[in-house]
Amino acid sequence: MNRKALKTTFLDTVPVLTGYLFLGAGFGILLGEKTGLGVGWAAIMALTMFAGSGQYLAVSLIADHASLISVAIATFLVNARHIFYGISLLTPYKGAGKKKTYMIFGLTDETYSLVTQNEPPEGMTRHTYCFLVTLFNHIYWIIGCSLGNLMSLLPISFAGVEFVLTALFVTMFVEQWLSHKNHLPAIIGVGSTLLCLLIFGQNIFLIPSMVMIALLLTISRKTGRRQDNV
Amino acid sequence: MYKIALIVVVALVTMSTRFLPFLIFGEKRKTPELILYLGKVLPCAIMGMLVVYCLKEVTPLAYPYGIPELLGIVFVALLHLWKRNSLLSIGAGTVFYMILVQVIF
Repeated sequence: MNRKALKTTFLDTVPVLTGYLFLGAGFGILLGEKTGLGVGWAAIMALTMFAGSGQYLAVSLIADHASLISVAIATFLVNARHIFYGISLLTPYKGAGKKKTYMIFGLTDETYSLVTQNEPPEGMTRHTYCFLVTLFNHIYWIIGCSLGNLMSLLPISFAGVEFVLTALFVTMFVEQWLSHKNHLPAIIGVGSTLLCLLIFGQNIFLIPSMVMIALLLTISRKTGRRQDNV
Repeated sequence: MYKIALIVVVALVTMSTRFLPFLIFGEKRKTPELILYLGKVLPCAIMGMLVVYCLKEVTPLAYPYGIPELLGIVFVALLHLWKRNSLLSIGAGTVFYMILVQVIF
């Protein structure tokens, strides 16, 4: 592994570095303000869960003293989208050996978008690249969550900091839009989710959205093939 | 004790969602073609889903009618189309939104 390839990998992860410092800080601040838990807890949660929306959810669950069963169900609903990520990476991650377990453990939204969008730099295998991206992101996340928890002690208003997550996904959405000729999947993604949010409400709409997206994409593949322009 | 149990449950459930496809479609079995196709088109659809997911708590029929979120998203998208610098789009977009909700709305 050469120094230049390592540097390119780091530069690729810089957007996530910023995103995670903000987003992790948001989590750390909330954890401190809502539950009174300190920096050790923030770091342990970042290390073992490594899930943005999952951890934000965990803060409210701790504050509400929710039962462990409802914790399990709510976490599954929020994180079920990861099942889709695994499906996309079955082939790219094939044969990654020992690194694979960690790469799957650390498969966050942001890691997923980096490894599906970027090509590994010259002189580095795809598996090593994906492993390093996962590891770098994990480190940024632990730092962000811990710093944020310390910042919750400062007398400043952080209202609105949670928008960093939206901004991150909007940026990635625009990137995907610009790099693909076929915009149908993107439109299906937005349309299905909006529709399911309206029908099912904000607590359970993710699962029906995913089912609808998978169905519509499958149907669009068949019609696409018939028209001979897959 | 409750907090430790909660952390273990959240970590295990999160991991199960990430490992599930790899456990079902192992390295040795051949992955069905439909699953491979979905793997290719899903990234675009998922980014759209995640944007909407972030907006689930917006109240379009009550004050502030989702205006700060709408302005924030338009700001981020335009800035990104113009400069194509993710770092700038995310950082400036978040600060823009924070100013909107703290000062104006």
